[in-house]
Amino acid sequence: MKYVDEYRNQTRVREIRDELHRIVRGRWELMEVCGGQTHSIIRFSLDQMLPDGVNLVHGPGCPVCVTPAELIDQAVALAGEPGTILTSFGDMLRVPGSGEDLLTARARGGDVRIVYSPLDAVKLAAENPDRQVIFFAVGFETTAPTAAAAVISAQRLQLTNFSLLSAHFLVPPALDALLASSDNRVQAFLAPGHVCTITGISDYQTLSAARHVPIVITGFEPLDIMQGVLMTVRQLEEGRCEVENQYSRVVKPEGSPQARALMERVFEVSDRNWRGIGVIPKSGLQLRPEFNTFNAEHRFKLPTPAPVLAGECISGEVLRGVKRPTDCPAFGVKCSPEHPLGAPMVSSEGACAAYYRYRRAD
Amino acid sequence: MCLAVPGQVVSVSDAPEIERTGKVSFSGVMREVSLAFVPDVQPGEWVIVHVGFALSKLDEQEALETLDLLREAIACEPEKSDSR
Repeated sequence: MKYVDEYRNQTRVREIRDELHRIVRGRWELMEVCGGQTHSIIRFSLDQMLPDGVNLVHGPGCPVCVTPAELIDQAVALAGEPGTILTSFGDMLRVPGSGEDLLTARARGGDVRIVYSPLDAVKLAAENPDRQVIFFAVGFETTAPTAAAAVISAQRLQLTNFSLLSAHFLVPPALDALLASSDNRVQAFLAPGHVCTITGISDYQTLSAARHVPIVITGFEPLDIMQGVLMTVRQLEEGRCEVENQYSRVVKPEGSPQARALMERVFEVSDRNWRGIGVIPKSGLQLRPEFNTFNAEHRFKLPTPAPVLAGECISGEVLRGVKRPTDCPAFGVKCSPEHPLGAPMVSSEGACAAYYRYRRAD
Repeated sequence: MCLAVPGQVVSVSDAPEIERTGKVSFSGVMREVSLAFVPDVQPGEWVIVHVGFALSKLDEQEALETLDLLREAIACEPEKSDSR
């Protein structure tokens, strides 16, 4: 596929590997923020090509993984309401709440449907005027504008049976919180390319300057990631800290003004509880009050939160890059993609699922 | 979740702004995609698509330059490490 294959060129990947081995003097801990990057790294064994001094730790950039149990409980409750259709992305269905997941809710008779796009949920609402269609909107800044577009579309269609349960998260506040935590080991970030496609790079420049941390906006193919690592390590070795853009074929410094305008019209910034990490101030998006009629939290009576963490699951530490999936006693024993104890084992972008799929023999 | 894949715009609807859609080819597989975030996109151009929305245009020049820079950066490096 064009714009994919050339970024998987093995000769070039090896050239960058050799270059990294040549320049590394110090010992560096880099975090790749996005779960899509984690998946590529483990799938193509990129971490095993790096010099001893360069260590990749996996970040919290898997929206399904950081969606707290109480929000899943609310989605499960909505799926159980008579006359509702609960829609979400496929990854969300098997993530355990404090009790059930959405697949179980469906098995109990709830109408739970997977949609490819938020607009599909709007279409479903238009086709089913006698049912309440709820879109469980999960995702980072990449996805939030698409949910915003769905709300505006529902408004234009004058739908009274479409609403959103927002589980939208913002990346920069989470990175700032990680750097501020006492057990932080991360010295530089490979920032998430598709998030920055929307947001642009200014928030990352602020973060880089405030925390003195090199940040390289990075793509998702093996060559992108290796180049991102090389650019980051060069900054660390040279004592620089700035924002560089490896993924310039997609990310413009200003991001997407159209998408951001739509996102800001529909959503406002709110505090958000990250599963395994805790509440991070101003790290989420909720619907603005003028869109209350499209807000599932206003339209329905939702259960009060009862957050429960699975005893053995160490997903919080995995999501903060403090531990690896294989450090978990339950990994591959009690916890597998078929029977996940924690969310990172469910999503294809979760670090635990990537290790289970590609690294079980290690 | 933030998965987005490149596709080539084949045709563009004449609906205004946010309603604007287009047919996008993913290695020959056609899909209707919202073009709300890329108002100036034209048929023939490449976009990055996420959950049914084109997030941004794919810049061919930058794509080539990324690959070229990579080659140059590596070709130049022995001098740099000598001067270390």
